[in-house]
Amino acid sequence: MELHYMTARALHGMLKNKEVSAEELCRAYFSRIENLEEKLKSFITLTKTQALEQARRVDAKIKQGQEIGPLAGIPVAVKDNMCTEGVRTTCSSKILYNFVPPYSATVVEKIQGADMVIVGKTNMDEFAMGSSTENSGFFNTSNPWDTGRVPGGSSGGSAVSVGAGEAVVALGSDTGGSIRQPASFCGVVGMKPTYGAVSRYGLVAFASSLDQIGPLARDVTDCASLLNVITGHDPRDSTSAPGGYRDYTSFLVDDVRGIKIGVPREYTGGGIDAGVRQVIAQAVQKLSSLGAEIEETSLPHVEYAVPCYYIIAPAEASSNLARYDGVRYGYRVEAPGDVVDMFKRTRSLGFGSEVKRRIMLGTYALSSGYYDAYYLKALKVRTLIKQDFDRAFEKFDLLLAPTSPAPAFRKGENINDPLQMYLSDITTIPVNLAGLPGISVPAGFVDGLPVGMQLIGKPFDEGTLLKVAYSFEQNTDHHKQTPPL
Amino acid sequence: MADYEAVIGLEVHVELKTNTKIFCHSTTAFGGEPNTHVCPVCLGLPGVLPVLNKRVVEYAIRAGLALNCQIAGFSKFDRKNYYYPDLPKNYQISQYDLPLAEHGFIDIDIEGQTKRIGITRVHMEEDAGKLVHQGSISTTPYSLVDYNRTGVPLIEIVSEPDMRSPEEARAYLDKLKAIIQYTGVSDCKMEEGSLRCDANVSVRPRGRAEFGTRAEIKNMNSFRALQKAVAYEIERQIDVLEEGGRVVQETRTWEENKGITMSMRSKEEAHDYRYFPDPDLVPMIIDRDWVEEIRASLPELPGQRKERYVRELGLSPYDAEVLTTTKETADYFEECLKSYPNAKIIGNWVMGELSRLLNAGNIEISLCNITPGQLADMLKLMDKGTISGKIAKTVFEEMFDSGKDPEQIVKEKGLMQISDEGAIASEVDRVLADNPKVVEDYRAGKEKALGFLVGQVMKATRGKANPDLVNKLLRDKM
Repeated sequence: MELHYMTARALHGMLKNKEVSAEELCRAYFSRIENLEEKLKSFITLTKTQALEQARRVDAKIKQGQEIGPLAGIPVAVKDNMCTEGVRTTCSSKILYNFVPPYSATVVEKIQGADMVIVGKTNMDEFAMGSSTENSGFFNTSNPWDTGRVPGGSSGGSAVSVGAGEAVVALGSDTGGSIRQPASFCGVVGMKPTYGAVSRYGLVAFASSLDQIGPLARDVTDCASLLNVITGHDPRDSTSAPGGYRDYTSFLVDDVRGIKIGVPREYTGGGIDAGVRQVIAQAVQKLSSLGAEIEETSLPHVEYAVPCYYIIAPAEASSNLARYDGVRYGYRVEAPGDVVDMFKRTRSLGFGSEVKRRIMLGTYALSSGYYDAYYLKALKVRTLIKQDFDRAFEKFDLLLAPTSPAPAFRKGENINDPLQMYLSDITTIPVNLAGLPGISVPAGFVDGLPVGMQLIGKPFDEGTLLKVAYSFEQNTDHHKQTPPL
Repeated sequence: MADYEAVIGLEVHVELKTNTKIFCHSTTAFGGEPNTHVCPVCLGLPGVLPVLNKRVVEYAIRAGLALNCQIAGFSKFDRKNYYYPDLPKNYQISQYDLPLAEHGFIDIDIEGQTKRIGITRVHMEEDAGKLVHQGSISTTPYSLVDYNRTGVPLIEIVSEPDMRSPEEARAYLDKLKAIIQYTGVSDCKMEEGSLRCDANVSVRPRGRAEFGTRAEIKNMNSFRALQKAVAYEIERQIDVLEEGGRVVQETRTWEENKGITMSMRSKEEAHDYRYFPDPDLVPMIIDRDWVEEIRASLPELPGQRKERYVRELGLSPYDAEVLTTTKETADYFEECLKSYPNAKIIGNWVMGELSRLLNAGNIEISLCNITPGQLADMLKLMDKGTISGKIAKTVFEEMFDSGKDPEQIVKEKGLMQISDEGAIASEVDRVLADNPKVVEDYRAGKEKALGFLVGQVMKATRGKANPDLVNKLLRDKM
């Protein structure tokens, strides 16, 4: 089997048995990247020199007979909204086109601490605002299953890099579905952990109360291994959870007997593509046949999730993105007249249209006289949505839904219809609003395009999600399919 | 002209003297090369997150308790959004609807009466940086920004509109500064910007219950400026009303050089700060036991100290008030009292000579050359008759300049009082012989003549003769 479609677990064995060196592995991935990048454009910045140095350090450890961690020497791609010391971090925005952070995000320190090899920084929707990676300030990324289609977003570059074999695993961030939806579109596993499980320190903020970093991988085992590396309390993030972390690989057991799964009827009816519905129905059948107890349930308030999200997320973003003003770093307009002119033109020219749309939405929602009607109301709806999940979890161990209402759409198809684009996250957004863990695993295909199944768990119960996802994977072969590249 | 009454409320910002900033580990030290007391967090770089410094909450609670406030059990931080280049995130982390402390008061002394001024709230926030212009802000070709001060912890103390005159505003600010200094949470140095004050001023016809339209006055850089600016603004508003005009709600700036307030921005131009809870910080649950622990650790506050001076030391309320206005002065006074148990005499020297020399040299009492022990030693020399009161002033000035012990100065300069009757008698005889006319006046009943003769003897002995002895000898010989 070719190195570029192997899992981290398999590669770890080969590294330990000296069947391949970390440097050879690294070079193999870079040659794969060089072959595919023109077609896919997953990366904004490649870090080959640093990657080779890191790989050689791992080889030195192996040579000295030192024990290496399960992900040591494994090529990993990092979404370009996580700060990497000395390596440009752009958020796919012109306004940060030249920003080189003087510090690294906690997750970046953690993957480096695990001896992983960062191959580069991946393309995304600008400031993670979008569902197709078409809002990148630089270029589009193509879906490896059909290059005329979008990879999803906003972590499109990360999902493509894993799906196309340009990296073994990747880090993405998920504010309203930005890991799970591109994972679904690209046929890979993607998880948004519980809010607070992974430090946000060094993740360039979009919507602070919703943002969460998570893993993308070829299978559930790799996903659990990467989750082990990136989770944990971080004193630099006040919203980081102090405890509740586990060895997530310990949940990788093929046994779903007696696990109670609820299927919200809001996500099996109209609005969901017929092909997707069929894939999900088959997945339900499969899990049922394996011994899971599956029943229909209801989340009555999720129909308000999208409008609620499009108040809260832009409100926080309007404040989070205020710092990009040309004063300290990033893009600054040429020859500004005065400071106000500098602010205005730097931001007018530096931000793309979707980012500006959301800044305006958020600014409006927080304005004096509108705060109660919009922002405060949205917070109340958010509480109702949380309570829907609380009630469901009194009865069920987890919930099952499609990750996205439809498979990957064509490039340009939704770009002039922001509302249609926003609705493509209807199944993922409630999970962020409630702060819950969610995972998307490959569940089948519609017209040759991958479709993901989403499992939603109780707070800090990533373990049960991984167990069910692993069991499903062990009894299906969707994750073993590779794109026609 | 109608009789008007002013209504004044103050908003005071005080920098807390924690070692590190409110949301990061950067130092709060004043000064330093520009942009050296900074880190990614206080620079607001992309991706950073604030983590609350617990010491800031402790200090703010301390101040709140000293201002007789109720401390909230639940409090949170909010973002105040506005664009300015000295604000790296273009929002300030502050507190909006759930401040840390509320419903306090302080008592001020005004014309011998005690008046209670309400404290609406005390809340925590981060300071901004500083812009450096080349000359004036309006003509500078470019501006530089120094973020050293960014993220230094502040508390904002908002008073009720309870003050009615510039003098009351000044007295409130003096007392507030004293209380905060006593708690040890801030230096309250207006010149270093660790205490800043804005005033809300309105006027209304005396007797009317509703408030007039208020103006907010900014940019007052000293306690004196506050008093002058408020006085000016009251007059300005009265003039507007007298001329049949209306006071407009606006922000005005105090122009120190011109001695006037000028319009800065109108109500329409006021910022909409779009406050909302900061999602990067979790709400604070404030433990009651912790609050009580802090309360128990509060030092004696100026009001309590003043009462004690009157009650136990027999000082007049006025003297006690003056001596307790700053903690340093009161500490100095009490330190001296340990070695010289006469409060009244020490008080007179501290409020008199010492205060005069400190003011003239613009020196803080904490940096004064004369230690409290040295002052006590000098007072003892006076009691022993080694030096006269007159010579003591000379010795004191020398101590103030050089920091030398009083005994040493007396010895070096030969300032020992002459109490030898023989030595003085010869001078007395000479003076009597030289001034027969004056002697005659004295004998004719002119008591004043004696003073002149005493002066002559003192002059001849370069002030060293024991004045009591000189008096006695003169009387005896005449």
